[in-house]
Amino acid sequence: MTDTTAGSASGPAEETDYQRVQRSPEFQDLRRRFRNFVFPMTALFLVWYFVYVLLANYAHDFMSIKVSGNITVGLLLGLGQFVSTFAITMIYARWANRRFDAEADELRREIEEDEL
Amino acid sequence: MNATVRAAEATDVGNPVVNIAIFAVFVAVTLVIVLRASRQNKSAADYYAGGRNFTGPQNGTAIAGDYLSAASFLGICGAIAVNGYDGFLYSIGFLVAWLVALLLVAELLRNTGKFTMADVLSFRLKQRPVRMAAALATLAVVFFYLLAQMAGAGGLVALLLGIDSTAGQSIVVAVVGALMILYVLVGGMKGTTWVQIIKAVLLIAGAAVMTFWVLAKFGFNISDLFQGAIDMAGPGGEAMIEPGKKYGVDGTTKLDFLSLALALVLGTAGLPHVLMRFYTVPSAKEARRSVVWAIWLIGIFYLFTLVLGYGAAALVGPEAISSAPGGVNSAAPLLAFALGGEILLGFISAVAFATILAVVAGLTITAAASFAHDIYANVIKKGEVKPDGEVRVARITVVVIGILAILGGIFAQGQNVAFLVALAFAVAASANLPTILYSLFWKRFNTSGALWSMYGGLVSCIVLIALSPVVSGSVDPATGASLSMIKNTDVDFAIFPLSNPGIVSIPLAFVLGIVGTFLSKGKSHPEKFAEMEVRSLTGAGAEKAVSH
Repeated sequence: MTDTTAGSASGPAEETDYQRVQRSPEFQDLRRRFRNFVFPMTALFLVWYFVYVLLANYAHDFMSIKVSGNITVGLLLGLGQFVSTFAITMIYARWANRRFDAEADELRREIEEDEL
Repeated sequence: MNATVRAAEATDVGNPVVNIAIFAVFVAVTLVIVLRASRQNKSAADYYAGGRNFTGPQNGTAIAGDYLSAASFLGICGAIAVNGYDGFLYSIGFLVAWLVALLLVAELLRNTGKFTMADVLSFRLKQRPVRMAAALATLAVVFFYLLAQMAGAGGLVALLLGIDSTAGQSIVVAVVGALMILYVLVGGMKGTTWVQIIKAVLLIAGAAVMTFWVLAKFGFNISDLFQGAIDMAGPGGEAMIEPGKKYGVDGTTKLDFLSLALALVLGTAGLPHVLMRFYTVPSAKEARRSVVWAIWLIGIFYLFTLVLGYGAAALVGPEAISSAPGGVNSAAPLLAFALGGEILLGFISAVAFATILAVVAGLTITAAASFAHDIYANVIKKGEVKPDGEVRVARITVVVIGILAILGGIFAQGQNVAFLVALAFAVAASANLPTILYSLFWKRFNTSGALWSMYGGLVSCIVLIALSPVVSGSVDPATGASLSMIKNTDVDFAIFPLSNPGIVSIPLAFVLGIVGTFLSKGKSHPEKFAEMEVRSLTGAGAEKAVSH
């Protein structure tokens, strides 16, 4: 079942199958969950990245403070960018594999088998 | 033989015969693999998307192979070795940028598109003008990226194979170009992907060995490694571990740093050759897995480059690196020679060539798909073309692009490689990313907004670079020599002070997308947006894998 032409039979004024799915509470819920996860996460890592960039650019003295030996605050914050990137990657993959996929797959099955 | 010996003495680094032998083995092995992979190339989906049959980990490794270009390996090591902490920004920006691709683009793109970025952009907008704009932006990004790789290949030869003459380097550029044409022509996306996978494994393994070796020399104490770099740099060496060595000079250079940071973090999710990789896997879930793999591999590799960069600073020294034939780009090979002699140098230089070869192949197939699928099949033939006819055009395109890249590479020899790569990133972030995000997430977005944003981003980016000090008017205060692409110091039309245009062109492209959308009387298509949104999130009706 690869019904990619859903809705093409109906006239232009009528609502297509995809619009019907889009309006359905199941899809609205799926979209809300997706956006509620992805948008704040994106804002978070972008803000953290630019805080780092601005510090590296305009707060040289702060970034040059030595924590231990030749390990500076700047190095630790830079490595912190690596840590946060790995962490967000894992958190997202876990969330998507466990929560999002099941719902999306169910909806997809219903669409392709015309149950909605 | 005499000439080879003389050349070896000229650079005093390594044994060209060893280098060439290791390189030849790599080429032979990969060619066999490409030939085997090509036996199953039948349809357009096979040729452009490898039959959509690669697994997430395989594709993730190939993405890492595509992404870790000569600029990443040689460029970042060199930047850290010479500029210290400021070079670290490249690693961080290049890595964090992957989160944009992971969270906002990869899976949605896999679910709605077919072969190219333009498939997604034209999904609910007017096909022909949007495809045309997207294909032109793709070709622009690919062309600048290609020039950088080819020019890098020519420059590296000076150091690695001991070929100093311009003619000799031109021949090497031509050989690299011809090999690349062969790979792509015969192997298509499947063959290219396998080359990327092998190269990524070799590159990461080689970097891991060198990292371990450097750390062992300093008793696995990072602080001691930094002390080595500080001591080697001489008086004022403390600046190596502090920010601002390169970009902290004045307000303008600081603005340039911001501009670079912006282009780096937003460029990746708009790079067409990276986006195209998401179509080589069977589903959105595999696209996600491949990005997760890519992020781990790329992130770990960039941690290695931090050690390698400071290692080169401590064991070779910034001055020795800057005055070597390959300049800043020679930091990693020189470090390999300092550590493991000519065998390690031979291995690392073969890997560096393989890197260039593989990245060039990946770029070429993207440009070929973009021309054949978007411009030829959908704009010129209006979609009425047989699939094998499209593949035939793609193959011809590969040859044409290969020849252009060879000529461009010969012409661009000795020019600033980092500038060309940064330009590719800035063009991708300005011309592609705003339209990709708007068309995925903004219901009201329309054709006019897309065209304003894409052409506005593309043109402003290229014009600003042309008017920047990178092209003309930058003079080294100490020597009086030109640092720009135009070597005549009397020519100066650099009215834009920054070398990276991102801080202007990227926000401009985002704003133009909004302005263009609201100024247009053309209506948006809610029914197409519904289809796109439902498909992108659920995967209904997505392109399936090809079964053989």
